[in-house]
Amino acid sequence: MNAKADTFFENQYGITPRDIERLLEIGLTRGGEFAELYLEFRENDNLFLEESIIKNATKSVTQGIGLRVISGEKTGFACSDDLTFARMAEAAKAASFIASHGQSSRPAAASPPLPNPRDLYPIDEPILNAEMAAKLQLIQEADGVARACDPRIKEVRVSLANESKIILVANSEGTYVVDVQPLSRLNVNCIARDNGNQQVGTHGGGGRVAMDFFREHPPEYYARQAARQAILQLEATEAPAGQMEVVMASGWPGVLLHEAIGHGLEADFNRKGFSAYSGRMGERVAADVCTVVDDGTIPYRRGSLNVDDEGTPTHRTVLIENGVLCGYMFDRLSARLMGAHSTGNGRREDFASVPIPRMTNTFLLAGSADPEEILRSVKRGLYVVSLSGGQVDITNGKFVFSTSEAYLIENGKVTKPVRGATLVGNGPDVLTKVTMVGHDLNLDEGIGTCGKDGQSVPVGVGTPTIKISEMTVGGTQS
Amino acid sequence: MISKEFAMDVVKAALHKGASDADVIIRDGDEFSVTVRMGEVETIKNVAAKKLGLRVFSGRRSAITSTANLVWTSVEALISETLALAKITSEDPVSGLPGAEEFSAGVEDVGIFHADVQALTLEARIDMARRVEKAALSVDPRILNSEGGEFSNSVGTLVLANSRGFAGEYRGTSASIVAVPIASENGSMQRDYWFSVKRSAAALESPELVGRKAAERALRRLGARSVKTQAVPVVFDSSMAASLIGTLCDAVCGSAIFRKSSFLVDKLGETIASRGVSIVDDGRLPGGLGSRPFDGEGLPSRVTPVIENGVLVNYLLDTYSAKKLSLQSTGNAARGVSTPPSVGPSNFYLKAGPYRPEEIIRSVSRGLYLTEMIGFGVNTVNGDFSQGAVGLWIENGELAFPVEEITIAGNLLDMFKNIEMIGNDLEFRSAIAAPTLKIAEMVISGQ
Repeated sequence: MNAKADTFFENQYGITPRDIERLLEIGLTRGGEFAELYLEFRENDNLFLEESIIKNATKSVTQGIGLRVISGEKTGFACSDDLTFARMAEAAKAASFIASHGQSSRPAAASPPLPNPRDLYPIDEPILNAEMAAKLQLIQEADGVARACDPRIKEVRVSLANESKIILVANSEGTYVVDVQPLSRLNVNCIARDNGNQQVGTHGGGGRVAMDFFREHPPEYYARQAARQAILQLEATEAPAGQMEVVMASGWPGVLLHEAIGHGLEADFNRKGFSAYSGRMGERVAADVCTVVDDGTIPYRRGSLNVDDEGTPTHRTVLIENGVLCGYMFDRLSARLMGAHSTGNGRREDFASVPIPRMTNTFLLAGSADPEEILRSVKRGLYVVSLSGGQVDITNGKFVFSTSEAYLIENGKVTKPVRGATLVGNGPDVLTKVTMVGHDLNLDEGIGTCGKDGQSVPVGVGTPTIKISEMTVGGTQS
Repeated sequence: MISKEFAMDVVKAALHKGASDADVIIRDGDEFSVTVRMGEVETIKNVAAKKLGLRVFSGRRSAITSTANLVWTSVEALISETLALAKITSEDPVSGLPGAEEFSAGVEDVGIFHADVQALTLEARIDMARRVEKAALSVDPRILNSEGGEFSNSVGTLVLANSRGFAGEYRGTSASIVAVPIASENGSMQRDYWFSVKRSAAALESPELVGRKAAERALRRLGARSVKTQAVPVVFDSSMAASLIGTLCDAVCGSAIFRKSSFLVDKLGETIASRGVSIVDDGRLPGGLGSRPFDGEGLPSRVTPVIENGVLVNYLLDTYSAKKLSLQSTGNAARGVSTPPSVGPSNFYLKAGPYRPEEIIRSVSRGLYLTEMIGFGVNTVNGDFSQGAVGLWIENGELAFPVEEITIAGNLLDMFKNIEMIGNDLEFRSAIAAPTLKIAEMVISGQ
């Protein structure tokens, strides 16, 4: 965070602290209790390689303001991508109409932003602004390595997506913060082909990082992983069908926690009473070896933020402690209506979206079991190393996720690879079936994107190796 | 400021600055939504946004930039930046705009703009949201909670101009209502929804009808359970059939074909589905949710048969994928403002068959009536299909009890070849549509 960012919107668009105060005032003219504005300036670039040539290069600039007025449980929202005062004032007025009675109230004075108490992404220069030649080298290196891995690798696609976002959040209660948020992700996708059999492998990584990240995590690594996965799938057999023991490897399979537990503990669903976890605070919802946290404060992580999109510093929130449900993830609105404090989980996709409770980095804490021993304890089951995605119905708790790398476990040994299987389960039930938790907690490599109410935000997940005594595996082999 | 003339000026300026070709797309839209929950207004949202996307070619190299800042000096700076960006990309021998002869002169009216959408008062919009939720809440005492009722509408303008002489503009509107009720019984809850979305407000189904249907869908899920792992016939309701047809759509897109990342590579002219299956992409369907007078490259919309009586007769193509495959574009370029054109459907649908949906259900002695799929278990590269499923169990031709926490699995090629019955209930609820259909056998995984 630097002084330049603090005055960015003033220097670039002439928006002064006094203008901000006036916009909040306009928001409250019809009696709203809370007014907030969110200014966003975002630059994205995207490089895409295919057939070993740089096929596309794109850059985009996004700017806008979102204004929100809250009156009781009601929210009025309007936005504008035109940052002239007249247009912003129009949006503030449109948002104010949600409140229809009462006296206008005055917002707290907008004092210039205080320096952030911490910087979770202290980088000199976002990759977005790095030398183009260096960026091109990353994706070309990945292409070369993937193709050299195996002659059966026939197609390689590599993308590098970078973002740099400056946000300013101010509200009628005196919050006034600025944050500069970098984000990068490198992705390698390989197609392997052999005698008409064709399979895909994908791997990637990144975070709120600078170029040095890809020196420590070179493109070669992601390329090898993607190629390995594609080749492995060529030899994979069809997935089994039915109930069996499942071992989740450490890292990205933490998507399980995100889907099975995380969404159900977002406060909005619980306030309105339609989460499968509604009203279950203090109850046992997992085996006592399970402690689950949402932590937005881990440096450089994709899911981390200095402040959420409502200006609240992010927290480490314990959701489940030793199997007992103990915390929800709050945004300001849910916190206010439920008599709690925001946990720094109020997030939004962009200026044109309303903030809602969202996860940051969600994971299961390490236990004491040796991962090898966990595998050895399984007679017949599935070992899940990587997933292609997951989804949950938060009302009945049913979730699914799809494997992109999985193996059969037979008599304690990892044997044949199996092709894309779907696992289904019930959130409030699945963690009660966790019988072993490894000591090898890992977070994912920085690839997660979560969707809710049509809004996508970057997130992190993680888990140590765990054993689940029974899950339904949806393959074709009975 | 948002006009064909402005877009043409940008194209001209790009050529002037040294681009060999250029195209400009401008999207300008207003969206409104109101949510009512438990009878009270919860959120009112107004979103207005415009964006300009510029693609320039420098010989066989190209780059794309986008911005919301349409001040002329900024646009000029953007042109220079885009040209510089194009220099870092590689020569791509097949890149380029469509030929001048491929564009048509006039812009056809496809019935996608209806002024009644904007004419609705705020009160009328709130009232629709209130009514759709109220209708859902009043169906049954077991509907005790609700995620709300929503009315939303949008109006948008799209302008496209390029250096091959094309300049076109069209406007579109849409209006929708949705209800998301929650049914509870014996301490367990089920949520479901129903909606209506049309190009005009007058064409919307009544909020009462939509709310009632949403409630019935939630209620019929109460008491759902898993079933044993087994292979049985699966009847896809029309929404799920549309979802299945959507996966086929992904696999016939030229981009997946030239990348050889589709299970339908090299299958043109082959039988890939049962005889009753005919699928069409129709960009001119009057009032269709996927209709538009021209595609993302300015080529006129048309009707493209994709599958005829089970035989794959056409892929969907944009200019790039068509050149890659030595074919002609089918007018299926999809275009975001900040991304290169890609291939996408317009109105993509499975033609209706002879059977009433009840007849199809009645033909099954034991099987699944599928009403929802969740997850990401569709692989269009190899055709593997494995999804979480929700539905109703069929016993002796009757819907017997709700099921959940199961998966259905198969391979897309086998599934399309095993479509045994197709319903007569084709209805365009989205740009991709299909009637009820029955697949002879799939593996259900459960207890």
